[in-house]
Amino acid sequence: MGRRLILKGGLHAGLALSLPAALGAQESPASLRPKVGDLLVRVDDKALTPLRADDIPIASAQVLAWAMDPVDRTVRSGSRLNRLMLLRFDETGLSASTKSRAAAGVVAYTAICTHTGCDVSDWLPDEGMLYCPCHFSKYDPKDGAMVVDGPAPRPLPALPLAVADGKLVVAAPFTTRVSFDPA
Amino acid sequence: MNMNMRNPHWRSTVAAVLTALSATAIGVAQQRPAVPASLQNYKPVTAERLRKPEDGDWLMVRRTYDGWGYSPLTEITAGNVARLQPAWVVSTGVNNGHEAAPIVNNGVMFVATPGNQVLALDAKSGRILWRYRRELPEDVLNLHPTSRGVALSGEKVFFASGDAVLVALDARTGREVWTTKVEENRNGYYMSLAPLVADGKVVVGTSGGELGVRGFVAAFDLETGKPLWKVFSVPAPGEPGSETWPKGDQWKTGGGSIWVSANYDPDTNLAYWGTGNGGPWMGDQRPGDNLYTSSTIAIDLASGAIKGHFQYHPNDSWDWDEVSPPILVDYTRNGRTIKGLIDVARDGYLWFLERTNGRINFVQGMPFVKQNVFKSLDPKTGRPEIDPEHKPGTGKKADHCPSLWGGKNWPPIAFSPRTRMIYIPANENLCGTSIGAPVSYTAGSRFTGATTTFYVAPGADHIGEVQAWNVDTGKRVWTHPFATSPTWGPMLATAGGVVFSGGTNDRQFRAFDASSGKVLWEFPTNSGIIGQPSSFMVDGKQYIAVQSGWGIDSRGMQTRLNEGSPGNFPEVPEGGAIWVFAVK
Repeated sequence: MGRRLILKGGLHAGLALSLPAALGAQESPASLRPKVGDLLVRVDDKALTPLRADDIPIASAQVLAWAMDPVDRTVRSGSRLNRLMLLRFDETGLSASTKSRAAAGVVAYTAICTHTGCDVSDWLPDEGMLYCPCHFSKYDPKDGAMVVDGPAPRPLPALPLAVADGKLVVAAPFTTRVSFDPA
Repeated sequence: MNMNMRNPHWRSTVAAVLTALSATAIGVAQQRPAVPASLQNYKPVTAERLRKPEDGDWLMVRRTYDGWGYSPLTEITAGNVARLQPAWVVSTGVNNGHEAAPIVNNGVMFVATPGNQVLALDAKSGRILWRYRRELPEDVLNLHPTSRGVALSGEKVFFASGDAVLVALDARTGREVWTTKVEENRNGYYMSLAPLVADGKVVVGTSGGELGVRGFVAAFDLETGKPLWKVFSVPAPGEPGSETWPKGDQWKTGGGSIWVSANYDPDTNLAYWGTGNGGPWMGDQRPGDNLYTSSTIAIDLASGAIKGHFQYHPNDSWDWDEVSPPILVDYTRNGRTIKGLIDVARDGYLWFLERTNGRINFVQGMPFVKQNVFKSLDPKTGRPEIDPEHKPGTGKKADHCPSLWGGKNWPPIAFSPRTRMIYIPANENLCGTSIGAPVSYTAGSRFTGATTTFYVAPGADHIGEVQAWNVDTGKRVWTHPFATSPTWGPMLATAGGVVFSGGTNDRQFRAFDASSGKVLWEFPTNSGIIGQPSSFMVDGKQYIAVQSGWGIDSRGMQTRLNEGSPGNFPEVPEGGAIWVFAVK
C-alpha cells in the first residue's frame, strides 16, 4: 500500500516521463559506458588479453571489442550499446579531429548505428568505409565516422583512445551519446 | 531531472516505482479529463463483425480474413475519383516507415505508427482522441522499427510492440489493460506485424531472422494475455519436418520469421502464415530443405498445430522470406472451382494453390518478374529446380534476379471480386549478387553471413509496376510501369472500380482504373507512401485513408539505387502523416 502511494505521487510529480530513461540506464559495472582508463579486449577473447595497437590490422575491417575495467577486469559487455569497433590507419590519413582521438593510429567508435541501432558490421575494403547492412548507412572512419551515405542522422560516437604501458586505453568518454531512434 | 540518487528517500521512491512499473511495463497514455462521446458510444467488435464487417468499417489490416484488401463501398468511382480531395491530414509526430493500415470501427480510427505509438482519432475530423506510446529500452533490438497495424476485439485494441511485448489497450481510453512478453528482445526477437484476432484469441509471430531467431506463432487469451499455445516455424528434432534439418543444432537459429499477420479461413479454423528465410542466409550452412522456412504454413487456431504447408523454394540462399501470406480466393481452372490460396512471392513467382482442411496443394506457378534462379517447377508438387549457377553459397558469389528484396516484398496485394483481378505492387528488373562467409552465433548479433550487391538489369526502362492478373485465367491483364521508381505500395481495391496505391519515391498516392490500369488521379503527399490504404464510411460518405511516411526498406532500396546511379534516386523526405480523402 505504501508503495502504491509513492508510485502515485511519483507519477503526479511528472516522474513517469523520465522513468524509461532511468530504467534504460544500466547501472551494473558491466553495463556502464566505457570509462577513462578502461582497457580494451576482443569480444570473443575469453583470456581477456588487453589489446595493443599492433593487434589491430592496418586499414582493415573493424575489430570488435569491449572495454574492461583495468582493476577488477569487469568486461563492459552488459549492454550491446557498449560494443566497440577498432580500426587502425596511417595517422597521416586521418582528419585533424580524428587524429586527436587516435592512439598510434587506432580509432574507436561505437558499433551501434545511429539510425535504428543495428550493428555496423560490414567493411567496404575498396572504399575504406564502415557499412551498416540493415539500411546501408556508410561511415568514414578516417573522418570522425561522418555519414557518407544512407539514412543515419549523425556520425558514430567516437571513443578517444590513448596508449598506456603499451596497451590501448580509453582516454575520454564517448564524444556523443550512443543512441538511435528506437522507433 | 535533477535527482540526488544518494538521497535514501529518492532511492526508495525510485525503486518502488521501478518495481511497480517493470511489472506492468511502461506505457503512458495521454491523460484526458473525459472520454469523448464517440468513445463513450464505442461499438464493441464482436467475432461476428470481424467475420462479416459492415460495408463502412475496416476492422482489420486487410479488412477481411481472406486478405483481399477490398472495400465494398461504391460512392467513389472511376467516374468521380478525379475529384478526390484531402478531407483532413494529421502529423503522426514521428519519422521512419509508416506501414500500418488506418483501422476504422464505426467512425473511430486506430493507427499504429513507428515510435511504438498508437493513435485513436475521430475518423471524420481527424481529431486525436488518445495517443499511446510505449517506451522502448535504449538498447532495444529492432531492425525494422515499424508497425503494420493494430487488431480489434470487444473494447480492446491489440498492439505488437517492437520489443516483442503484446499490448492490449482499452479502446475508449488508450490505457493498457494487460501486457505480455512474447519473447526475449535481447535475443533478437522483435515484432512488427499486426496481431490477428480469430477463434477467440489474439495471435502474433516474431521477427528477427537476421539475428538467429527460431520463428514462431503464439496465441494469447483476449481477456488476460495468458499464453495459450506456441508453435515454431522451425521444427525441433523428432517433430514433423525435422528431417529437413539433418545437421546438429542448426534448427535452433534457423530463422523462419513471421513478419506479417496471417489470413484466415473461419470454415476450417486454419490461419495461413508466411514464414521468413532460413538463418544464416546461405543455404550451404544449413543443409536440407529447411522446413518451414520461405513457406506458407496452415495453423489450426484451436490447437496451434501445423496442418499443412507449402514451401516456395527449399534451402533459401537469397534472403527471400515469404513475407506476406497468401490471400484466400476461390478461382476456376479448366472449368473447376478451386478453393484457393494465391501468393505473390518474394522469389518472383505467382503461386496458385489449393487449400483444404489441412494439406496445401500446388496448382500453378509462374514468374511475374524477371527470374533466373528457377529452371522449372515440378508439375505435381511445384517444387522448383534451382539453377546452381544462380545459387550463392559460402565463398561462392552468384548473380540472381530478383534481388534480395524480391519481386514483391511485404506490401500486400489486393483482390476485387468484381474484376476478378489481383493487383500486385511488383519490382521488375532488380537483380543482385550474394556471397556467404562463415558466421558464428552470438545472441542478439547479426547472423546472416552474407554480403550482397544490388543493381538494375541492363537495358531496363522501368522498375516498379502495378500488375493486374485475372485469377480465373491466370493471365496478366494490365501493367502500369514506374519509370524512375520501385514501388513499396500496399494495394487497396474498391467496389467503385478504383484501385489505390502509393509506394513510389515521388510521394504520390494514385488511383487506377481497376479494369484498365489507367491512372485516374494522383496526389503528392508529405512523404513517400508505404502504408496500407483503407476505405470507410461515416455519415453516409466514403473516405480513403492512408499513412504517408517513407522509411525502412523503401529507404534502403532508394539508397542503394542511388549508389548505383548517383543523383538519380535522391532522398525522399521523411515524417509521418495520416491522410484521409473524399470526393467533394
